[in-house]
Amino acid sequence: MLWNVARSCCLSCAALLVWPHWPGNIFSTSSTPAREVHGLSLFILVITGGIFIGVASLLVFALVRFRHRAGDMTEPPQVFGSTQIELAWTIIPILLIIVLFLGTARVIFAVQDAPKPASALDVTVIGHQFWWEFRYPKYNVVTANELHVPLSDPQAPTPTFLKLTSADVMHSFWIPRLAGKTDVLPNRVNEMWVDPHEPGLFLGQCAQFCGTQHAKMLLRVYVDSPQDFQRWIAQQQRAQQSGTPDPAPSPQGPNLGNDNPAAGVPPNTPPTRGEIAAQLKESSDAITPEQGRRVFEEQACMNCHTISGTAANGRFGPDLTHLMSRATIASGIVPNTPENLRIWITTPDELKPGSLMPAMHLNDLQNAQLVAYLTTLR
Amino acid sequence: MDAPSTPIPSGIEGALDVTPQTRPRATYLEVLHDWIVTVDHKKIGLLYIGFALIFMVVAGLEAMAIRIQLAVPHNSFLDARSYNRMFTMHGTTMVFLVGMPILFGFGNYLVPLMIGARDMAFPRLNAFSFWVSAFAGIFLYFSFIGGLGLAGAGTAPDIAWFAYAPLTERPFSPGHNVDYWALALLASGIGSIGTAINILATVFCMRCPGMTLSRIPLLAWIYATVSFLVLVAVSPLTAAQVMLLIDRYLGGHFFDTQAGGSAILWAHFFWIFGHPEVYVLVLPAFGFANEIIPVFSRKAIFGYPAMVAATVGIAFISLGVWAHHMFTIGMTSFGNTFFTLSTMLVSIPTGIKTFNWLATMWGGKLRFATPMLFSVGFLFQWVIAGLTGIMLSVSPWNWQLHNSYFVVAHFHYVLVGAILFMIFAAFYYWYPKMTGRMLSERLGKWHFWLMIVGFHLTFDVMHIPGLLGMPRQIYTYEPDRGWTLLNQIVTFGAVIQAVAMAIFVYNLVHSYFAGKAAGPDPWDAWTLEWSTPSPPPAYNFPVDPVVASRRPLWDLKHPEDPDSAFE
Ligand code: HEC
Ligand SMILES: [Cu+2]
Ligand SMILES: [Cu+2]
Repeated sequence: MLWNVARSCCLSCAALLVWPHWPGNIFSTSSTPAREVHGLSLFILVITGGIFIGVASLLVFALVRFRHRAGDMTEPPQVFGSTQIELAWTIIPILLIIVLFLGTARVIFAVQDAPKPASALDVTVIGHQFWWEFRYPKYNVVTANELHVPLSDPQAPTPTFLKLTSADVMHSFWIPRLAGKTDVLPNRVNEMWVDPHEPGLFLGQCAQFCGTQHAKMLLRVYVDSPQDFQRWIAQQQRAQQSGTPDPAPSPQGPNLGNDNPAAGVPPNTPPTRGEIAAQLKESSDAITPEQGRRVFEEQACMNCHTISGTAANGRFGPDLTHLMSRATIASGIVPNTPENLRIWITTPDELKPGSLMPAMHLNDLQNAQLVAYLTTLR
Repeated sequence: MDAPSTPIPSGIEGALDVTPQTRPRATYLEVLHDWIVTVDHKKIGLLYIGFALIFMVVAGLEAMAIRIQLAVPHNSFLDARSYNRMFTMHGTTMVFLVGMPILFGFGNYLVPLMIGARDMAFPRLNAFSFWVSAFAGIFLYFSFIGGLGLAGAGTAPDIAWFAYAPLTERPFSPGHNVDYWALALLASGIGSIGTAINILATVFCMRCPGMTLSRIPLLAWIYATVSFLVLVAVSPLTAAQVMLLIDRYLGGHFFDTQAGGSAILWAHFFWIFGHPEVYVLVLPAFGFANEIIPVFSRKAIFGYPAMVAATVGIAFISLGVWAHHMFTIGMTSFGNTFFTLSTMLVSIPTGIKTFNWLATMWGGKLRFATPMLFSVGFLFQWVIAGLTGIMLSVSPWNWQLHNSYFVVAHFHYVLVGAILFMIFAAFYYWYPKMTGRMLSERLGKWHFWLMIVGFHLTFDVMHIPGLLGMPRQIYTYEPDRGWTLLNQIVTFGAVIQAVAMAIFVYNLVHSYFAGKAAGPDPWDAWTLEWSTPSPPPAYNFPVDPVVASRRPLWDLKHPEDPDSAFE
């Protein structure tokens, strides 16, 4: 048993030291709130570890020293208690608790009641069943699932203050390397802040059970240098030019080939009926972004999604205005490729069963047109 | 069952029953009828225990399904909805249909015997409480049938065992899964409250002559405290279920955030029940330790008054710490500070208990029969669970750890490492009293060691994914997070625990027919239940026993050194 305990303790330490850069490691921090917690946790670990070693060695000693020897028929002397000893092990824990408590209280106030500098960026986070909406009120930018925040220089901090609320049920916003989690509640606004010290991608996910696809409500936070951040903001502020196709052919493009009829049947779909295959082949020149935009505006897509500069202004689903500026779709579960987009709009349940985006039951031609359109939303 | 075949220790004749235990053989129908209409506290206790054991197997299988699903990332063993149903049912079952019933079962069986009473104060209420709880369990599981049926897990609830609002409101949970959950808990709550009233009345009114409050076995003290906690804590839960049902069917808006209700309100109601509930479950485990550790150390419990004070202290403090489950919900810094402190205070009385157990063993002559093995495992694991509990009470660290696998590992350390281990100890210790047969020591040792290995593989390792950012209640996870190997180890440990559990169940069944005859007092113990035959007759004691100390049988066995001379 002891061996087990020791082995697993070593294993845990090894895990945390050998893999310090795993995406969710709470001991590999890069923002003040998480770092404060990290420091405090080491302090607590040392004290509790000390207590464990003390108590465990007393116990092991007792087990070995006082075990019954074969053949011994007598009863040991009966002891009923001792006031001094019992006082001692009441007072020592009280002292330990005072220490632990004071150390903790300092961090609670340092993190929770930190003043908000004028240079801080405000972002509103809105939790939805099973995706995230981010709004930058000052910049009039709305995006989804991938949060961009500026790097914060400790000399001239530009922290990001998040106001969190929910459109439906409870969620929890958690990026372990940046800060502890804060619950996201409907009918209430919670606050938290981060001031990331290194650029890069930070991963997290919803940490409060919120329904069927709670597990796939992932979170991505990009920490950009100030220049990159401004560039990103400027790009997000652009409205879509009423669906005009990209001047340059999109590099990956809709993957329905023109020359090879077989390529007209995309992999992973149920075998398309003959007519549609034929139709696809014939009308391959009809697969244009404009066609796709028309489908988008004629179907219910526009009731749930916003694409600024067009008639689509729904708010139930993610804002798609700059869909292609995101690396993933459906809150971080798959890369944002034309193929995944096609699968997603055809049968969302294939990627995320139980998500609140319905399968729209469009035909393959319409889906191809939609993908052609969506891939122009840069 | 057999009459006692081993000789009865001499000197305790006064409390002994020598009435012959032979009656004409009953038909199966008569036996069944007898069990259904019984108001005998021992039979009701056994009914509780049997009922809980069945559900323990069911919820254990649910846990295995969960572990298989998590063994590899993006597994498709269970789909999202079925998985969510599995962990909701696993948690709800283990707390309400396994933990509470099994502890009430032991309480029912042991408390009257230990205080020298012939039955509980209200035998009919006792039977009523059991059957209401049993109905709740069957009702909850009935939800599996219906909807998509068993494969799609029917309309079983998929709202997590704490059922946070507003996910449970009609817009987000149409259909009847939440109704099954709420009504089942309502019914089981009524049963628990009935039993709590009964135990309180029994402990305070039914003690035999000489059994003053300062002489009742610690186990009886603990059951009285637990019953008080059940009364105070289960009532808000019951109220919350009623409010939820009003919201769902009568147009109420308590938790309906879309109409101005409050999600936090539910969290308060739930945890003001939920935290004391932890102590409702763990205090009886302490009670078993209070009886078993002294007997196998061959020493009186160290610091009886301090143990009683610590028990009552834990009960009171535990009523003021519930919001430590809500450190991330957006409380003010003052609120977080307050609940950090109140939670840390719990460790003082629990520390006293732990040290008193150590001091009981200190200077004793420890005999490592299976009950003692499990008790030692309990002590180790309880210390660790307490320390991770302190870590979680540190609210800033809790912002990271809350709802992660670290928390899951912590409370399984409490529920399995401490409570279940002590329940096993209690089975090995009192099974002879209940059936007249000893459990096999050889199988018991296998059970213990496999359990230790499996437990530590599972729950030690389970802390780490939490530190690496893995939230609980997710049906699958991404392969790039570094959680895969750890989850595989956890699953492997769970398999070992399942084997241990199978050995235990086999031992229970096999020993019932083929176990060694136990006799009235196989452990050379000191409390009153060991003065009756095994199993005890319906009336427990032919004459009211009269006691003069906390260990009446010690006094009888050691007239040269009676406890009564020191109290
Ligand atoms: C009933 C409302 C609804 C309709 C109608 C709807 N969607 Fe969606 N859509 C959603 C929701 C909700 C999500 C987010 C799902 C998730 O991640 O869990 C989503 C996500 C998406 C995404 C991924 C966005 C991202 O960044 O992750 C795309 C692309 C998309 N929808 C396209 C469409 C298209 C094209 C149509 C029309 C064929 C459409 N949607 C119709 C609700 C809808
Ligand atoms: Cu969520
Ligand atoms: Cu608690």
